[in-house]
Amino acid sequence: MDKYKVIEVKESIFADNDKDADRLREQLKEQKTYLLNLMSSPGSGKTTTLKAVLGKLKDEMNVGVMEADIDSDVDAATMQELGVKTIQLHTGGMCHLDADMTRQGINEFGTEGLDLVVLENVGNLVCPAEFDTGAVKSIMILSVPEGHDKPLKYPLIFQVCDALIINKIDVLPYFDFDMEKVEEYAHMRNPKLKIFPISAKTGEGVDALCDWLRNEVKEWQK
Amino acid sequence: MHELGIINYVVRQVENLAAENNFEKVHSVTLEFGEVSGIVTSYLMDYWNWYSKKHPVVDGAELRCETLPAITWCNSCEKTYPTVQYGKTCPYCGSGETWLLKGQEMNIKEIEVEE
Repeated sequence: MDKYKVIEVKESIFADNDKDADRLREQLKEQKTYLLNLMSSPGSGKTTTLKAVLGKLKDEMNVGVMEADIDSDVDAATMQELGVKTIQLHTGGMCHLDADMTRQGINEFGTEGLDLVVLENVGNLVCPAEFDTGAVKSIMILSVPEGHDKPLKYPLIFQVCDALIINKIDVLPYFDFDMEKVEEYAHMRNPKLKIFPISAKTGEGVDALCDWLRNEVKEWQK
Repeated sequence: MHELGIINYVVRQVENLAAENNFEKVHSVTLEFGEVSGIVTSYLMDYWNWYSKKHPVVDGAELRCETLPAITWCNSCEKTYPTVQYGKTCPYCGSGETWLLKGQEMNIKEIEVEE
């Protein structure tokens, strides 16, 4: 064994990504662009929520969307119909986006002059939570049909997010979804987590979410 | 599937280390994972065997994985206990107000290089 030299590394596997992410945030701060990382499981209503929120914000600020998918451009087409500047990122089979991919997307996109860019991450509650994308804040959607026990099953994503949107509250009467329990479980994982119950379909609760985002962008651009 | 992303990062980091420390070939890479990091070692090995062949610095190198214990802190009685055995409920006082202290680590511990 002694013909080999041991080099002690003792560093997180994600150390390089974390550095890339910090560099990207510095770049975004200079450009005065607020990047929001949006995560959730497939089918929770990410695109519908974006339509509801950006539909309200697009007349008062310059907004853009980066859609990350393993393949296809279905979501990007939906956003373009709304008249929002959109770019589609393909992760080429990877289950998440990292800071380097996000930076490439940002530079390709040309975000100068954009106040708010939403990064629609790959639909998945596990892998995206492990990789810092370089976004200013991370937000996730949990929809009512998924159940109130998700903070117990996927703790990391609830820990790394700054805000939680509970979507599809219009179907609450049909599900055994306990709003108090979900808040309790989510706050157990992350006491600072902000919670916004909404229905992207009916528009209920969307104004509160828009107010929060508006304020976030304002603070970032100071 | 995140195992593939992890291998990609490990190889990238080892390549950076090679450039910094002036070596061309690695004999082994040792990783450390917390017990509740959710890593499936068999997937990791499969990806390693495939991906490492494409990168000369790590081609043929052995991948070793070590486990770090998961420890949970109880906020009510202020004791710690092993996470995997007892989960979220404190075995001393029955409280559910508990926090994971350690167990989600994913580190490169060390590498062996040919002298």
